[in-house]
Amino acid sequence: MKRIAVLGMPNTGKSTFFNRLTGSHAHIGNWPGITVDLLQAKVKLGDDFVEVVDLPGIYDLRGFSEDEGVVRRFLESAPLDLVLLVLNASQIDRQVILPLQVKQVGLPAVLLLNMVDEAARFGVKVQPEVLSERLGMPVLPISAKYGAGYAAAIATIAETLRQQDAPVQANQLEECLLPDQQLSADIQAVLDGAVQMPLQLSDRLTSRLDRVLLHPAWGLPLFFAAMYLVFQTIYALGAPVQELLGNSLAWFRGVALEPLLAPLPTFVQGFLLDGLYEGVGTVAAFLPVIFLFFLCMAIVEDSGYLSRAAFLMDALMERLGLDGRSFVMSLMGFGCNVPAILGTRVMRSPGLRMLSMLVIPFSLCSARLNVFMFMATAMFAADMAPRVIFSLYLMSFAAAILTAALFKGRFSSHEPLVLELPPYRFPTFKQMLVRAWCEVKHFWFWSRRFIILGVVAIWLLNNLPTNVPTASPETLSGMIGQAMHPIFAPLGINPQLTVALFFGFIAKEIVLGGLAVIYSQAEGADLARAIAQEIDWVQAYSFMLFTLLYVPCLSTIAVLKSESKSMRFALLAIAWSLGLAWISSFLFYQGARALGL
Amino acid sequence: MPTSPMPTTNLASLKPGQSAKIVDLNLESGLERRLYALGFHRGQEIQLLRRGWLSGPLHIRIRMTEVMLRHCDACKVHVASIIG
Repeated sequence: MKRIAVLGMPNTGKSTFFNRLTGSHAHIGNWPGITVDLLQAKVKLGDDFVEVVDLPGIYDLRGFSEDEGVVRRFLESAPLDLVLLVLNASQIDRQVILPLQVKQVGLPAVLLLNMVDEAARFGVKVQPEVLSERLGMPVLPISAKYGAGYAAAIATIAETLRQQDAPVQANQLEECLLPDQQLSADIQAVLDGAVQMPLQLSDRLTSRLDRVLLHPAWGLPLFFAAMYLVFQTIYALGAPVQELLGNSLAWFRGVALEPLLAPLPTFVQGFLLDGLYEGVGTVAAFLPVIFLFFLCMAIVEDSGYLSRAAFLMDALMERLGLDGRSFVMSLMGFGCNVPAILGTRVMRSPGLRMLSMLVIPFSLCSARLNVFMFMATAMFAADMAPRVIFSLYLMSFAAAILTAALFKGRFSSHEPLVLELPPYRFPTFKQMLVRAWCEVKHFWFWSRRFIILGVVAIWLLNNLPTNVPTASPETLSGMIGQAMHPIFAPLGINPQLTVALFFGFIAKEIVLGGLAVIYSQAEGADLARAIAQEIDWVQAYSFMLFTLLYVPCLSTIAVLKSESKSMRFALLAIAWSLGLAWISSFLFYQGARALGL
Repeated sequence: MPTSPMPTTNLASLKPGQSAKIVDLNLESGLERRLYALGFHRGQEIQLLRRGWLSGPLHIRIRMTEVMLRHCDACKVHVASIIG
């Protein structure tokens, strides 16, 4: 089967083109020696199937960034029948270096000048025939977003591919590339007379919007207002959908699974329903939020506002070794950490991305808020409860800042921070849907096994041996709770609450359910009374502090592992959060007791 | 074109709205390559659109491209301001 690679600079609509070409059926391929995810798909072009690989967006084949190295390694190791170059027609004056470099390397190529609609609006005029003659490759103007010129481009690609007899592999790529002086001269020679463009970009809409959105005084308030709106959209819409999904799964369990499994022994029933089925439910619960999150992120990112957010927040974030995009993701993490961690993929520098992924789990997500609401109401007077919750939000920020400050040396970003601020654009509804759908598929595919296994393992700990009540001191988790008592006693956390922390490993929303099982009280007022009888407010706050800071949930660990592609990194995130949780609770509990509280 | 030599300064000390010509880039090689690919060539005209608060990044327009560049990096881009 012939193989095509899609290559282009960032912000050229390369992914939009790839999605149009492959119809979002792409999957992640496995290439030896390549550390980043490369999407690929089998596509029918003309009469034959071809394999299409989407390479990361790069600026320069000679560049030093991780992505640029990946593209070089790929070109040197995978024979290609064709390179599809996607350029932004408005910026052809500088982007033409990529086709020139590809030509120097000797790879067969077709050049697609994307966003021709926008280029025409900015007064850029290109003569594709002249360019094609000078570059020695077909040049086709297209709009990947709206489809103009797309059919003609596909026909040319199929024809060029048909004429290509044998695949070409780039050898000693860097030696083939000319020095900059020569390149600058070549750029001039290629463009002269073939391209007419204004001296400077003048997009009145963008200039006007930027004057408001990047305003020294209004910029930040508008940014926070926009983020609040996005946050509300995702989680106000997401919560009912999540609930509906949960109810449907419970309904199915009640009417179909339970009667069906009734003849089986209780332990097997419990294993299948409370272990396996619950695990599937845990994964499913995240799907609606991930979908909505990326629907909104498609707007924030594709419109060009995310790089504006980076501009606004950079002064503060630079000192923490992060950038404005990390800040946006951390904010979104206050709804749910999982999509926020998936969202860090927009940051291409591995160091920056890892540091952001280490910080995001400290965002106090809505699941943790549920636990805190319950505990604060149970343990504190009505006027104190909101202050308790507020103090936990402050702790969440403090933990994030401390983590960034401590680890910024270890995960430093070696890549230059020069972000393009592209003209404002609005994605089509289809683009948004495709993006959201791909992310949901990705999460389902990479995270479900880990999460389901984790839920099953914790269920087993709570239910083995089989002849004792669930989560009682005689079960494995009860025994571990007892064994770990010396570790948790200095925090004021009793063995029952220690077992509840086990439940919290799966997801924070089931901590309350776990407490209900452990104290054998129904949730609500009875449970609140039972807990209030056993512990005082200092112990309760210490427990909340621990709950806030230790591992958010199995799903977060699953995405930390799948996104970093490193079990070691996931373990570091777990160990650090557990350590920080222990130290904070210890300092609080012992401090409060020392003060005689 | 003015006949007297133009005063050279760095990109970070331009005023918002001011244009200048790039004289020299004195950056580590990774950043220099990236800026070259973004169109930062010697002799190229460049405009500072605005600067972020707390000596935050600079918003720069170079031909058909707009970028944000950190203050510390912009200091190392030497430019000759265009008078007028």
